[in-house]
Amino acid sequence: MNKLLELKNVSFAYDRQTVVNRVNFSLHEGDYLAIVGENGSGKTTLLQGLLGLKTPSAGEIVRRETLNRLQVGYLPQQTPLQRDFPATVREVVLSGRLNRHGFVSFYSREDRKASALAMERLSVDGLANRSYRELSGGQRQRVLLARALAASNGLLLLDEPTAGLDPIVAHEFYRLVRAINRDDCATVIMVSHDIHCVMHDATHVLHLGRSQLFFGTTEDYLKSVVAASYLSHGETVSHEPACEGGIDADGTPTCGCGVSAPLEETPESDKGGRFSADDPDGHRHSRGGRCSANGEKERG
Amino acid sequence: MAGLISHFFSYSFLLRALIGGSLVAICAALIGTSLVLKRYAMIGDGLSHVGFGALAAAMALSASPLAVALPVVILTAFLLLRLSTNNRIHGDAAIAMISSASMAAGVIVISLTSGLNTDFYNFMFGSILAMSRTDMTLSIILSFVVLVLFLFSYNNLFAVTFDESFARASGISAGFWNAVLAVIASVTIVLGMRVMGAILISSLIIFPPLSAMRLFGSFKGVTVASAVIALVCFSTGLFLSYALDLPAGPVIVIVNFLCFLLFSWFGWLKKLKRA
Repeated sequence: MNKLLELKNVSFAYDRQTVVNRVNFSLHEGDYLAIVGENGSGKTTLLQGLLGLKTPSAGEIVRRETLNRLQVGYLPQQTPLQRDFPATVREVVLSGRLNRHGFVSFYSREDRKASALAMERLSVDGLANRSYRELSGGQRQRVLLARALAASNGLLLLDEPTAGLDPIVAHEFYRLVRAINRDDCATVIMVSHDIHCVMHDATHVLHLGRSQLFFGTTEDYLKSVVAASYLSHGETVSHEPACEGGIDADGTPTCGCGVSAPLEETPESDKGGRFSADDPDGHRHSRGGRCSANGEKERG
Repeated sequence: MAGLISHFFSYSFLLRALIGGSLVAICAALIGTSLVLKRYAMIGDGLSHVGFGALAAAMALSASPLAVALPVVILTAFLLLRLSTNNRIHGDAAIAMISSASMAAGVIVISLTSGLNTDFYNFMFGSILAMSRTDMTLSIILSFVVLVLFLFSYNNLFAVTFDESFARASGISAGFWNAVLAVIASVTIVLGMRVMGAILISSLIIFPPLSAMRLFGSFKGVTVASAVIALVCFSTGLFLSYALDLPAGPVIVIVNFLCFLLFSWFGWLKKLKRA
């Protein structure tokens, strides 16, 4: 199979104190993994490890050869100082391409093309010359996702991307991520508190509580004891996350989470995706295909 | 007026102050953009006070001022950066502590040795006579280094300023760039201190980027504009200080402040137009 990433008994420690203990899982091309767990359960540390910024204290992370750890499309949590930062959307998205350069950092024509495509993919191309500080929270998050796309070589790593967004904007954001995951064959790893919403989109779940409490498909997770106890902590308990919602006639989601309108109806899914655009032929790929080893979607 | 200008250019010390000072002002504005956006602006203020202490010590020991002040200020800059990223002591409190302690030490050293005389006054508020030939040469070298750095690594610097986490994940060493900023800030402050004075030098770092941010919404726009603002305000201020026979530092700061007000007004007009 197209195994992208495998963690074998991976642990992380700060000052010899283990904060993440023995994590084992593997991800394949096109998977959508939700990492859930309470505060302090080691999600952020694991993320640092996946980015290669923190070395495991034990175990090993095996990446597929083609997966350069620098070319992970990372969407970190927003910092307060970004709110009034003078930078255009184009400048921000282009900076995603810096992982392909060293100390001398001039953007190539290819970089400009890739970031233009990423902006188009997330419908922020119209904002390219606008200043980041003038955007709304939802627009900013889409710009940062565009930057992640421009940086990415097929793997996206999103750290609580909908924190601070209102439900409707968050819902729209989840829909975009899902479209990128399905249409462009991007593998997605998302850390989220917003468990009910993620359950609807994710194919796999990793539940952390300092050690690995659960890893498996979303379907199995929902049947598990771990999920039952975790989900019941929330106020809006719903053991049936697949609320058959969608969008009301007036445009509001019928349930508060990331349940979205059918993908076929979304205009974004008709656009050529970032990963297919890297293809020299520039051909688009039909929906519903499988992901092949090189990150492209096979027709069929 | 024309006579005044030709007089101005006939003095070599004034020319040195103009050339060296403008170059330092441009460097300060360029790195100031990053420092202000990263909320490190107060580090500049802290460093200048440490520089004052070091200069006083150098005078007491009759050592070369630059030879003492440069290493001391660079070391302090690293220390302050470490403290800022360390949560145990808050960065701003650490800066306030170190800067007032070294200021106090400097004043004591000066009053024990030469007394609070003209030298003291010049240290505090700057003098257009103070730019020596060595200072000017160093300013030229510094600005060359800064310009080369900006030319080749401008985009990396942007990435580190905008989003350190993302930059790290892209393989850009945030630690390295913070260190580079610290060293440049230190050298800029020590060189600029003679003309601007210890109390006022940090304004060269803070004012031009802040003015530029009022009006420009892109990082490139802010960077270029703050360099231009720095150059224009510094030379205007220096000339006025000569013409009005006032200390250079305060006049340059006031020119910068007026420029800030002007840009705020432009920014306000721009916003009004859009709305």
